[in-house]
Amino acid sequence: MNTELLGIIATYGLTLVIAIPLGKYLAKVFAGEKVWTDFLKPIESGIYKLSGINSKEEMNWKQHLKALLTINLVWLVYGFFVLMYQDKLPLNPDGNPGMTPDLSFNTIISFVVNCNLQHYSGESGVTYLTQHFVLMFLQFVSAATGIAAAVVFFKAFRDKTSVKLGNFWEFFVKSITRLLLPLSLVMAIILAFNGTPSSYEGKDQFISVQGDTVNVSRGPAAGFIAIKHLGTNGGGWFGVNSSHPLENPNYLTNTIELVAQVIIPIAMVIAFGIFIRRRKLAWVIFGVMTIGMLLLLIPTVSSELGGNPAIAKMGVSQTTGAMEGKEVRFGPAISAYWSTVTTIISTGSVNSMHDSTMPLTGLWQLLGMMINSFYGGCGVGVLNYFIYLIIAVFISGLMVGRTPEFLGHKVEAREVKIAALITLLSPFLILAGTAIAGYVFTTHGEAAWAVQPKNWLNNPGFHGFSEMLYEMTSSNANNGSGFEGLGDNNVFWNVATGFVLLLGRFLPIIGPVAIAGLLGSKKYIPESAGTLKTDTMTFALMTFAVIVVLNALSYFPALALGPLAEYFTMLK
Amino acid sequence: MKKYILQSIRLTAVLMVLLCVVYPLVVAFAGGFSKGKGGGEKLTKNGKVVGYALLGQSFTKPEYFWGRPSAVGYNAAGSGGSNKGPSNPDYLQQVSDRIDTLLKYNQTIKKADIPADMVTASGSGLDPNISEQGAIIQIKRIAAVRQLDERTVAELVVKNTQGPLLGMFGPTSVNVLKLNLALDALKQ
Repeated sequence: MNTELLGIIATYGLTLVIAIPLGKYLAKVFAGEKVWTDFLKPIESGIYKLSGINSKEEMNWKQHLKALLTINLVWLVYGFFVLMYQDKLPLNPDGNPGMTPDLSFNTIISFVVNCNLQHYSGESGVTYLTQHFVLMFLQFVSAATGIAAAVVFFKAFRDKTSVKLGNFWEFFVKSITRLLLPLSLVMAIILAFNGTPSSYEGKDQFISVQGDTVNVSRGPAAGFIAIKHLGTNGGGWFGVNSSHPLENPNYLTNTIELVAQVIIPIAMVIAFGIFIRRRKLAWVIFGVMTIGMLLLLIPTVSSELGGNPAIAKMGVSQTTGAMEGKEVRFGPAISAYWSTVTTIISTGSVNSMHDSTMPLTGLWQLLGMMINSFYGGCGVGVLNYFIYLIIAVFISGLMVGRTPEFLGHKVEAREVKIAALITLLSPFLILAGTAIAGYVFTTHGEAAWAVQPKNWLNNPGFHGFSEMLYEMTSSNANNGSGFEGLGDNNVFWNVATGFVLLLGRFLPIIGPVAIAGLLGSKKYIPESAGTLKTDTMTFALMTFAVIVVLNALSYFPALALGPLAEYFTMLK
Repeated sequence: MKKYILQSIRLTAVLMVLLCVVYPLVVAFAGGFSKGKGGGEKLTKNGKVVGYALLGQSFTKPEYFWGRPSAVGYNAAGSGGSNKGPSNPDYLQQVSDRIDTLLKYNQTIKKADIPADMVTASGSGLDPNISEQGAIIQIKRIAAVRQLDERTVAELVVKNTQGPLLGMFGPTSVNVLKLNLALDALKQ
């Protein structure tokens, strides 16, 4: 078998080898059982003490959401101003300027919501201070926010009836001290030893072999790159993210970065099953997610390995596949795998330029982000999947004529309404957003913005439309990757995607936590012959069908105008 | 509500010390023991730094192995890909021109010998590598310009070819800068 395909299999295998035990460990950590990292308890107590937090104080779901939203608001306000005035603050060896208000608005939201859409370029748009004290800080805490929200959801189903769901600050702090920080530390050091810069030295200059003067951007990137993957954030230290040789020096680091972004999302599913004492349910969920992932992955790899048919016509050998926007040290196969993983998991880091991938690859990338729950982001993947589950429970309940139940709790009108609203939110934001962008592009081409609308698109025709669709989809999914040809650093895209990001993050957290909180507080109905079992193959198929039908109905027209139209034009 | 605001602010401050000061400093300290001392590994020629091992640089002279096309002219302070879509007509014209240039400078090769990586821009614009085939098609030109034996040049290519990880995973690649430095070292 060829070494590039073997690389994919080994990477996924290594992911499972780490993720499954990690899931077991997380279930114990959040249940407060004994684990080997308990030696960190004094540090956690210190953190609670200094912050005036009583970690034993139990909260109901509303209090959890209040705490979550409050601390996120604090980060938004703080970061907005620091980014705008970064030029006047220390640790700016390259003398980079402050951000414009609209760019700062977009950037801070994007990092608070765990998206890391970047309308600036890392080399010239931020300083070492903001890279660390705003962006990297948020990469840790936004991931921890997602994980803590998921644990609140776990708590609601652990016992028969529960109103008190633990302490939000405790879940949040433990996500950092027991999971994100230790793993990041190990990974950052491995990266540093493979060539990723870690020191605070500024730009360097050298004269090349042919006599050109070359400036080199550097900086303490290793720590940033570790958490950007572990926390499924995805924002790069450098402009081109993990295709940059300093950010991702070789095939080994590429494997590590790939494994790192998938382990926590998978571990959360495993942890869910153990935590609520229904392991079979977790494996069924994992199975559906994995099949979904494979259905996106296989055609992606095949379309990239096939190469660009337009270049094949010129007579160039594409034995290794499509290479535009890709790096030789990775090759097209693992780059295709990366593009699937980063879009289904909301990481949004890239090791190849998605704008230059084949049309059908673009289709699978978009679909991955639209579905957004085949594993999904840190914590929020499980929450997104839960919404599909509730819809599936509701529809199956109607089909067999029984009151729908989930894990012993009646699912009633209120919960289904919330789930339906959250389901409708994504297509609304993506399609309305793209439509407005398309309208501005066609009718207000001359608007005097930093990038004039007529110059937004880097590619003509259907592909240009895909660039706009991708940007909105990526924002809604809190993904952060892009068809980077889009001229997005201007007031329209900064503000529009800013709002899409906010709504696309917090409503899909509030919704599932609310549903879980409501369900958890209801009377427990013991299982009987009439109970709809949610951990069976039939129900798995049902959920899968719900996911496919909902997304196909919502997005097929838009996808037909973009990647599909481009694909069929190229066949001619 | 007020309680949550105060707790949020204090928790943010405490975590900042841990995550933004302690964590990167520990990484920086550990990175100090790596090959490039945390600043990136540099390569030298006659004692002078001529580049970074991991960063590709522009080679246009016929006596050097060329790297891949770069959308940003190998600007290591402003990385970038072309972001050209696969069906973009301007882009396809550009690829076609690159094929012609390669054929012009390497008259012994055929179109079908040219691997895709030599006519497409990399994602970072700083790709330090080319494929093995990308180096092989340039051997005859280099040998002729430098008046070297083809076999000597071919041996250098083999020596500077990096196989798959552990011999099993991933592609084969050639580091252009290292290969060219090895070429220059031959003369002396």
